[in-house]
Amino acid sequence: MCDVVIAGIGQVPVGEHWGVPLRTLAARAMLAAQRDAGGLKPQALYVGNLLSPVVSHQSNLGTLLADNAGMSGIEAFTVEAAEASGAGALRAGYLAVLSGYVDVAMVVGVEKFTDAVGPVIEGAMSETMDYDFEATNGLTPTAAAAMVMRLYMQTYDLPSDGLAGFPVLAHENALNNPNAYFRRALTREGYARAAMLSTPLNLYDKAPYADGAAAVILTRPDRLKKALEHPLVQVRGSGAAIDTLALHDRHDPLAFHAAVVAIQNACRHAGILPADVQVFELSDNFSVYAALCLEAGGFAQRGAGWKLANGDELSLKGRLPVCTMGGMKARGNPAGASGVYQVVEACLQLRGEAGANQVRDARRALTLCLGGPASTAVCHVLQTWQ
Amino acid sequence: MEVPRYWRLQKQRYALVGEICPHCQVKIFPPRDVCPECGGEAKQPFSFSGKGTVFSFTTMYDAPKGFEMNTPYTVALVKLEEGPVVTAQLTDLGEQPVEIGMPVEMVTRRIREDEEDKGIIVYGYKFRPVMAGTH
Ligand SMILES: [Zn+2]
Repeated sequence: MCDVVIAGIGQVPVGEHWGVPLRTLAARAMLAAQRDAGGLKPQALYVGNLLSPVVSHQSNLGTLLADNAGMSGIEAFTVEAAEASGAGALRAGYLAVLSGYVDVAMVVGVEKFTDAVGPVIEGAMSETMDYDFEATNGLTPTAAAAMVMRLYMQTYDLPSDGLAGFPVLAHENALNNPNAYFRRALTREGYARAAMLSTPLNLYDKAPYADGAAAVILTRPDRLKKALEHPLVQVRGSGAAIDTLALHDRHDPLAFHAAVVAIQNACRHAGILPADVQVFELSDNFSVYAALCLEAGGFAQRGAGWKLANGDELSLKGRLPVCTMGGMKARGNPAGASGVYQVVEACLQLRGEAGANQVRDARRALTLCLGGPASTAVCHVLQTWQ
Repeated sequence: MEVPRYWRLQKQRYALVGEICPHCQVKIFPPRDVCPECGGEAKQPFSFSGKGTVFSFTTMYDAPKGFEMNTPYTVALVKLEEGPVVTAQLTDLGEQPVEIGMPVEMVTRRIREDEEDKGIIVYGYKFRPVMAGTH
């Protein structure tokens, strides 16, 4: 098998881009990635997106985004896997280059929330669940996470602020990320005072939905005509798995089985153990999911993931830095684009370009992106290419 | 909810009709085409009793479209006597605090508002606490 490397990365600040259309949001990230890759022209575009058909009434993004960015004639289509869409698109791009059928692939994750407001967004996000038997009864992804959180807190006897460490850390790391939605600190006191969204889950247990776009360019090292100004990052392993779509169909809702399998497959593919990474970009779209991601990776015993966030182990100088640029919680959660943001941020760490948030000696990173309560899980192992 | 979907789901929504696997006898709700336990094809209808207990629950303050009028409302995972777990709203709670393990029973209630002036009121299953002594 050939090496597949990330030759370019691009991202736009996550936030409320009321005046920017979806295609332009995507184009900014796409063109930035292309410039970063020395102008490399893609033969294929894989789009990660979740909401466009519902919120923006726009399908066939592959063609729209390639056409708009002057990439007429190339192969292009969308990968949709709920909030794991961007990570799924990366896997599609990776497999395309690995197979040898595509020499240069671009992956873009894009999400446009601000074409709609409030209840419409919650309703649209609910369509990622079992519509007939979950959404129709009034459940939303937030409420599903809240039920997981209640089970977790009761089963493992957590104090009421037991999960506060995750949003506090995310907000701390976002302070130095110019692309983050929330660049302000959060205290445990602030967490304790926050309004309930869906008991026992409060405002700070949920990553805010926001607009965003991030892109990468994948290729084989021998396709690069000239040396780039930055190091290359290799996609060393990739894995994906599903669980039941509906939370009610799980034998054990606190075991994120799809995440376990995706991590194992990606690590086996890379020939490493999860413990061999220096950075872990996980899904903290809900604070309890961050704890369950850590447990799925074997970084904590079952029921003990939350404790890691209450010490220094997950901070930038800790044993296993997570959410190094603010995670979904503070960088913001542009749903179908989040999986690509994770990879872009891991690349910044592996290239030594993470600025004040640089993790020392970061050579290998794990990214794990979930769709729903790990109904879908997509994992990648990235490392500095030599 | 669209008209064809509304009719298609009536048996499940009004009578909790799921399936019993002809191969391994496991009871399944909602219906599936393949039994999750043995992998055989599942297609034999089975009516659930509608009795169960609360497995987890949440009170929602941020409703999706169609549910804004009911906010706040409580949704639960209800473990049915026969085994499966269903997602449903809890109703008739009064002042009673909800707890994991609380016995509940199915009732038919209005689930959501008319959607986009299509004039459909969606009815379906909710669960209410079982009064002491009536279980
Ligand atoms: Zn069976």
